[in-house]
Amino acid sequence: MPDVTFVESLRMTLKEEMDRDPSLMLIGEDIGRYGGIFGVTKGLLEEFGPHRVRSTPISESAIIGSALGAAMTGIRTVAEIMYVDFTTCAMDQIVNQVAKMRYMSGGKAKIPLVIRTQEGGGRGNAAQHSQSLEALFLHIPGLKIVMPSTPYDARGLLKTAIRDDNPVMFIEHKLLYATKGFIPDGEFLIPFGQADVKRKGKDVTVIAISYMVMKALRAAERLAEEGVDVEVIDLRTLVPLDLETLLQSVRKTNRVVIVHEGCRRGGIGAEIASNIMEEAFDFLDAPIQRVGALNVPIPFSEPLENAVIPSEEEIVTAVKKVLYRT
Amino acid sequence: MKIPEEKLLWIYKKMLTQRMLEEKILELIPTGKLTGHFHLGIGEEATFIGACAALEERDYLLPTHRGLGCVIGKGIPLKKMMADIYGKATGTTKGKGGVLRICDAGLGVLGLSATLGGIFPIAMGAALSSKLLNDGRVTLAIFGDGQSNRGTFHEAINLASIWKLPVVYLCENNQYAISTSQKKAMAIKNIADRAIGYGIPGKVVDGNDALAVYEITLEAVNRARAGKGPTLIEAKTYRWRPHFEGEGASYRAPKEAEVWKKKCPISRLRKRMINLKLLNQLQDEKIKEEIAQEIDEAVKYAEESPVPRPEDALEDLFFPSVMESSK
Repeated sequence: MPDVTFVESLRMTLKEEMDRDPSLMLIGEDIGRYGGIFGVTKGLLEEFGPHRVRSTPISESAIIGSALGAAMTGIRTVAEIMYVDFTTCAMDQIVNQVAKMRYMSGGKAKIPLVIRTQEGGGRGNAAQHSQSLEALFLHIPGLKIVMPSTPYDARGLLKTAIRDDNPVMFIEHKLLYATKGFIPDGEFLIPFGQADVKRKGKDVTVIAISYMVMKALRAAERLAEEGVDVEVIDLRTLVPLDLETLLQSVRKTNRVVIVHEGCRRGGIGAEIASNIMEEAFDFLDAPIQRVGALNVPIPFSEPLENAVIPSEEEIVTAVKKVLYRT
Repeated sequence: MKIPEEKLLWIYKKMLTQRMLEEKILELIPTGKLTGHFHLGIGEEATFIGACAALEERDYLLPTHRGLGCVIGKGIPLKKMMADIYGKATGTTKGKGGVLRICDAGLGVLGLSATLGGIFPIAMGAALSSKLLNDGRVTLAIFGDGQSNRGTFHEAINLASIWKLPVVYLCENNQYAISTSQKKAMAIKNIADRAIGYGIPGKVVDGNDALAVYEITLEAVNRARAGKGPTLIEAKTYRWRPHFEGEGASYRAPKEAEVWKKKCPISRLRKRMINLKLLNQLQDEKIKEEIAQEIDEAVKYAEESPVPRPEDALEDLFFPSVMESSK
């Protein structure tokens, strides 16, 4: 198969899963003829009809709540929330209903529900269309969280997410949609809870998610020119978290940098750093560094946005810091 | 409409069951054996039971937080319900959701939401599922006047009406959202009037008249089952008890409740049944004895049931997944 874009990978996967499971339903704003704001569902309405591809009014609570109601009564569902920022309009449904339904029911409800959304800055969309909110969901027991960084991972992880009988937050990144990557022929699924070593290295472990994996890899190339061998690990899923792969790397490199696009304060980096310190403190040769967005809303203007969102430069600096090279 | 005698008797018995069960809870609260807080629907039996009487066993119900009555009406056994009330491992939720999530998918009880208004879209989704699966089920969502001011009311009913989903939204208007009178919470008199905004029927019914509630709900349920879409029903009733037990309800004039107690839905139905010669005093006493015995057995079952084990707190979060790394 020739290289495909992230969007094509998602679309192909949705189509295959809809073919595979005739009950699978998609629901979201403008996902019909329009194909979704980023074109992920283009052509699916024509192929599967309006019963299974349900375009809705601007009603995020109704999208999530109805997806939940449908999922728990036999309709496997993929709900799309156009921007992760809009999940906040549906927080009661996500936090109090979706995440708690099975637990509060004493384990009797089965919730085969994927909430697809996308996050991140870099397009001048300002503070209400650019946030990275994965840490909010990480704090809520009952949600699995998936954040693919390549077309390959997107495909394998989306298949797993759709076939999972639990609620999954599937968070994409708007800057990844146009990226291309290799996808082998034939079906493959990627299990949740398996981080992926995107670049092998021996000097420093850089842990990243989503679009930050790309920045981390570019930073690693630059550092390689200076003789620093960086290992880049893509978490791929936050819940479940593959701590073991991180610890193996830490035991080898003894130095850790965690990169995410959400705000540094209360970001996922804090959680991962704590886990590493609890399990591998004796292996650390330097304090763990976190690279995240500044603690302000994402600004509109390009120079301001660039100043707030983590850059390759900041990753390079953090790596040098854990190596005590400045 | 001619209501079958059997149905009338069923409604009467279930209303009495709700009343007597909730009075039993009032007795039990001071013993300290129950945890949590209780929102009792005493005085509103006609609304809860009348509405549920219109459902078939396969239909879905999303109850309100004051809705022990509708859960009884949908057939959850009293023993299981009482075990939920006691937080025991033998309840329908194994102590996880307790009285705030009594549920049984087999009986179509999908559970309430203690964040009010949460059920509106979930009910719509269950109805969407029925439409897609063509399973002939109808979903009934019962909610209070206060809940109707949540934004989810608008989002869900709007979408349900566009898609003509088989769902009935029934408002138990007991006139107070904790302390806030409906009069202070909206500029309209009838919540059912909001139906106009969604292009669906909106009906007002005397919520203390069980048979009227039954008839109007049945009409809406039949309409939904026939694929004609949702109906908004408003049953006007009154909350005899405070918002939750232990709360003083100082915001209401004492006389107000007295007036409504004279409109007791159970006395009303009893008179009617006696006039129709469907019931005499002897039979009535016998029915009460039977219910009292069933409730006592349920209490005994709950009290003798084991509490959940602490380690069970970690169970039931996720359905076992095959595609998850065991690392």
